[in-house]
Amino acid sequence: MFRRSVHKDKPARGFQPLDDQSSRFLARKPSRDELVNTDSGYILYLEDITVSFDGFKALNELTLYIETGELRCIIGPNGAGKTTMMDVITGKTRPDFGTAFYGQRLDLLRLTEPEIASLGIGRKFQKPTVFENHTVHDNLELAMEADKRVWATLARRLSGEERDRIAEVLDIIGLKEEVLALAGSLSHGQKQWLEIGMLLMQNPLVLLVDEPVAGMTKQESESTAELLTTLAGDHSVVVVEHDMEFVRSIARRVTVLHEGRVLAEGPFEEIQHDAKVIEVYLGE
Amino acid sequence: MLLGRLIKQDWGRSILLGTLGVMCVVVPVANLLVPEDSAFHVSTYTVTLLGKYLSYALLAMALDLAWGYCGILSLGHGAFFALGGYAMGMYLMRQIGTRGVYGHPELPDFMVFLNWQELPWYWFGFDAFWFAMLMVVLVPGLLALVFGWLAFRSRVTGVYLSIMTQALTYALLLAFYRNEMGFGGNNGLTDFKDILGASLQSDVTRVVLFVVSAIALALTYLFCRFVVTSKLGRVVTAVRDADDRTRFIGYRVENYKVWIFTVSAVLAGIAGALYVPQVGIINPSEFEPLKSIELVVWVALGGRGTLYGAALGAVIVNYAKTWMTGAFPEVWPFALGGLFILVTLSLPKGVVGLVRSLPYWLASRVLYMYHKWGSLIRAKFSH
Amino acid sequence: MRSCLVVVVAAGLVPCFGLEEKSALDASFQVTVDLLKTRSFGEKAEAARAIAAHTHPRTLEVLTALLDAELYTERKTDRVVFANGLDGGGFNIRDAVTGEGLGQVGRRGAKKISVNNRLRGLLRGLIAGIRLDDKDPDDRIAAAEAIADGADSSMRAVLDARLLVESDANVIAAIETALVVFDLDANDETIRLRAIRASASNLDGRVREKLTGISNDPVASEAIQEAARETLESIEETVARYKTIETVFFGLSLGSVLVLAAIGLSITFGVMGVINMAHGELIMLGAYTTYVVQTLFPGALEYSLLIAVPAAFFVSGLVGIGIERGIFRFLYGRPLETLLASFGVSLVLQQAVKTIFTALNRPVSTPQWMSGSFELLDGLSLTFNRLYILIFAGLIFAALVLVLQRTRLGLEVRAVTQNRAMARAMGIRSGRVDALTFGLGAGIAGVAGVALSQLTNVGPYLGRGYIVDSFMVVVFGGVGNLWGTLVAGLSLGVANKFLEPYAGAVVAKVLVLVFIILFIQWRPRGLFPQKGRAAES
Repeated sequence: MFRRSVHKDKPARGFQPLDDQSSRFLARKPSRDELVNTDSGYILYLEDITVSFDGFKALNELTLYIETGELRCIIGPNGAGKTTMMDVITGKTRPDFGTAFYGQRLDLLRLTEPEIASLGIGRKFQKPTVFENHTVHDNLELAMEADKRVWATLARRLSGEERDRIAEVLDIIGLKEEVLALAGSLSHGQKQWLEIGMLLMQNPLVLLVDEPVAGMTKQESESTAELLTTLAGDHSVVVVEHDMEFVRSIARRVTVLHEGRVLAEGPFEEIQHDAKVIEVYLGE
Repeated sequence: MLLGRLIKQDWGRSILLGTLGVMCVVVPVANLLVPEDSAFHVSTYTVTLLGKYLSYALLAMALDLAWGYCGILSLGHGAFFALGGYAMGMYLMRQIGTRGVYGHPELPDFMVFLNWQELPWYWFGFDAFWFAMLMVVLVPGLLALVFGWLAFRSRVTGVYLSIMTQALTYALLLAFYRNEMGFGGNNGLTDFKDILGASLQSDVTRVVLFVVSAIALALTYLFCRFVVTSKLGRVVTAVRDADDRTRFIGYRVENYKVWIFTVSAVLAGIAGALYVPQVGIINPSEFEPLKSIELVVWVALGGRGTLYGAALGAVIVNYAKTWMTGAFPEVWPFALGGLFILVTLSLPKGVVGLVRSLPYWLASRVLYMYHKWGSLIRAKFSH
Repeated sequence: MRSCLVVVVAAGLVPCFGLEEKSALDASFQVTVDLLKTRSFGEKAEAARAIAAHTHPRTLEVLTALLDAELYTERKTDRVVFANGLDGGGFNIRDAVTGEGLGQVGRRGAKKISVNNRLRGLLRGLIAGIRLDDKDPDDRIAAAEAIADGADSSMRAVLDARLLVESDANVIAAIETALVVFDLDANDETIRLRAIRASASNLDGRVREKLTGISNDPVASEAIQEAARETLESIEETVARYKTIETVFFGLSLGSVLVLAAIGLSITFGVMGVINMAHGELIMLGAYTTYVVQTLFPGALEYSLLIAVPAAFFVSGLVGIGIERGIFRFLYGRPLETLLASFGVSLVLQQAVKTIFTALNRPVSTPQWMSGSFELLDGLSLTFNRLYILIFAGLIFAALVLVLQRTRLGLEVRAVTQNRAMARAMGIRSGRVDALTFGLGAGIAGVAGVALSQLTNVGPYLGRGYIVDSFMVVVFGGVGNLWGTLVAGLSLGVANKFLEPYAGAVVAKVLVLVFIILFIQWRPRGLFPQKGRAAES
């Protein structure tokens, strides 16, 4: 069922995937943590992913593994396939071929976007996308981890704990004052924060963060860096960013994408001096 | 307590519910108790006309739920309205009994005319009121469910969806014009005699139908209000504004759309069922794409996303239509066409939006005047 | 008074050179015609044959009058006369032999020479036999067919004789068909069998009828029945094949209309992402332009369409540009609002046309060169107007492809279609491009209207039915793709025509609509979708 990868240090995925059928035999609905098996220490497995648009290969046999609890930065020039990679992970774009696993059992390519989101992969878009006609509070409430089926949502009321959770996140993102303001009236930086807040409300296992500090002041971006570093460990964080300063301040491990595949991967200092990377960045 | 909480906040809803409440008392009294020669007498014709407007208002509110709150611009809501109407019409047909022109105990006149020997299977059960009412809800609901499921699952949105809904009502129009369908061909269903044993010609029945329409509209409003203020309502609005984002925080957008579309279709069906006994006929022209689009302009004119705005728009346009098609039939299409253009270009938030912004506008004018003239006056006096 | 009479008599005599000879012929014809006065139908039949064999120029007239029950005997003189009934009940009579007018007689003054059905059949055959020598080949074909209908084996000889001298291929075919029909009734089994075999490629209805009769005839031998059945089968196959070709043609013709109607919409929708609900009304304006052109130049009917095509292009194009500049450009980025506003425009245009031209349909004539039909194969003819519209749609499509691929405007249009913001950044004045593109799409709609004026009634609601159909074609083909529109339009047209015989026109249409709704499930972006990031939003 799975193609053998040519990747040398391929992490073993061990178990067969727990598909829809077998989960039905469990007496109760399996919890998210049971479904996402990360015993091997890795949480995302992307292998040989190829995506092409009208002949142009946005991703070209991309192979990438993310460790559990890791904070990974992905950099690369425009058109390197960073956003497309996130689209594949979150189910927005289906690759032409390749495999994508979430933990050892969940085949991302067979799940829909809401399913992937409910299973704990949260995403922040490059362009801040919040619900502009809703208040900051409602934005957070809608994002909150909950039963998101239609009928359950109709009768849903907030519990005390949930109110506390919202207050807590409001505190983290610094939007306490604006809690009843419409999200559309926020500044660009505030919208970035709100979106990060929505990500937190989802309580995800993996955070995919696309250019989090664009439009933020230096101070704000420092606190973002701090927040992301704190989150790593409990969560796995993948950050796509152009701002090298920011990357340097948070990165432990950096992956450089170029023309749809991994050009280099390693600690920031090593990458910084990699001849191929310098050529790609400076040669253009 | 729930009612109290719902009624708080917005004056638009108080006006709507208040007006409906007052009408429920005044209209019956003015029609049944006030003598006919009095200036305060309301004729049965007017009662029926008002009842018709109310069923249109209910229809507009149904569309507003889908369009105003979820961004689903259906150009085929007339189809759900008509299906609800046909279900009611079939009940009323069965109530005619042997009083038809041909006096057949079971078959409606048009079937006798077409030499049909027995009632088609889909006509069975419609002699029972409860069954017909069930169908009023189920038939539009199921159609919307299937259509919505097909359309939203494959992410048909925007103008594609709009035209698909128009194609839907167009297809039904063609189908219902056929005599073989067993719904009376282009004559439709008419010549109704009575409903639940009460004669449709009597004033009391007319007034009761009017009051039922008013109550139905009020209940629909409260129900829609409950839906749009619930968390589900906020999810639906989120879908309207940024469906991708909603998907990525774990909501199955298509299920929400199907739900709201189906609920909206059911409400439209109920509106149709209220319309038919008051107007006394249902025929395939209700499926005309033009009618469905006209309905959109009611909502747009009133102000979408407010519910009561939709009701207001329905009444304004239909009053204008009644008046104008009587007085200047030639001008009505120009007026309606112009209204489409005017509303989209200059009144994106409709009459309600205009009225709402009026105080701000006035305030800004006053401030402007104050500053302009005030400084002039001060300058004059300081000399 | 007297001198007048002399002049009349003289005038009557002058053309009659060889008066002697003439009257001899008349006299012998008189004798033959008088044979008709018998009561026995058998004898009348003999008389009719004799008349047909006579060389007198009035034989055809006499036989035709006999068939049409206009041959009478005048009671007073017992002459055979042609009689035309008068309103008052009497007759206007002429001498059957000389054709000389004999004035009027009362209702009782003349007696009809009655005929029965058998005699009528014979008469038709005889008349056909005479007409078989007519100068006009079409008349000769009609005559041969009439003989085949009459099935009077005595006419065989006439056919055989004509076959020897006939040179026109179509007439020969018709005569041979008639001969086959006779042979199919032959008593001699070998002749019959040969005729059955020979009729395998014959599509004539009479032959088929005869064969069907033979195949079920218990009197005929087994071999004959079997042969007839086989032949019938092969004929049915040919007929089915022709029927298919015909259906494809009708389908392509409907499809070409759909393509014409949809292609303008495809351009405006592809470039601007707006659905112009007034598109149907722009088509309607084109049709009315044709009417106006024909009214203005009543003398130039033959060329009116050639004038109407550019005229309609400009009228609809200008109206389109007006709509775009006046309304649509304020609504970009709000497709649903555009849809509503354009619907308002369509109502206004309909009512405006109704006010100017009334709600009645306007007559648009078809030029001579577009009427009629041409025969592709024996028994398979295609009408000219549909053929021309098919060709016309092809030309318009080719012209449009050229404009979009080869001109500056086309380049800019394509640029704006793919990425509006980028095109603007490159210095393309997207406002101008929008207006021109919209004008182009609207103009094509007008041209489509000219074509439609040849197929349907021209009225204010002409365009109403086309917007849904056109949109279906665009959606089916893939937005912004001209080739997609072409393929989609033609295939929907053909599908519609193939469904019609099974399901009826209305159900066929409903089925096609349902099919497209389901198709969208499978390929939401149509047959030929645009790919890439540009198509995402």
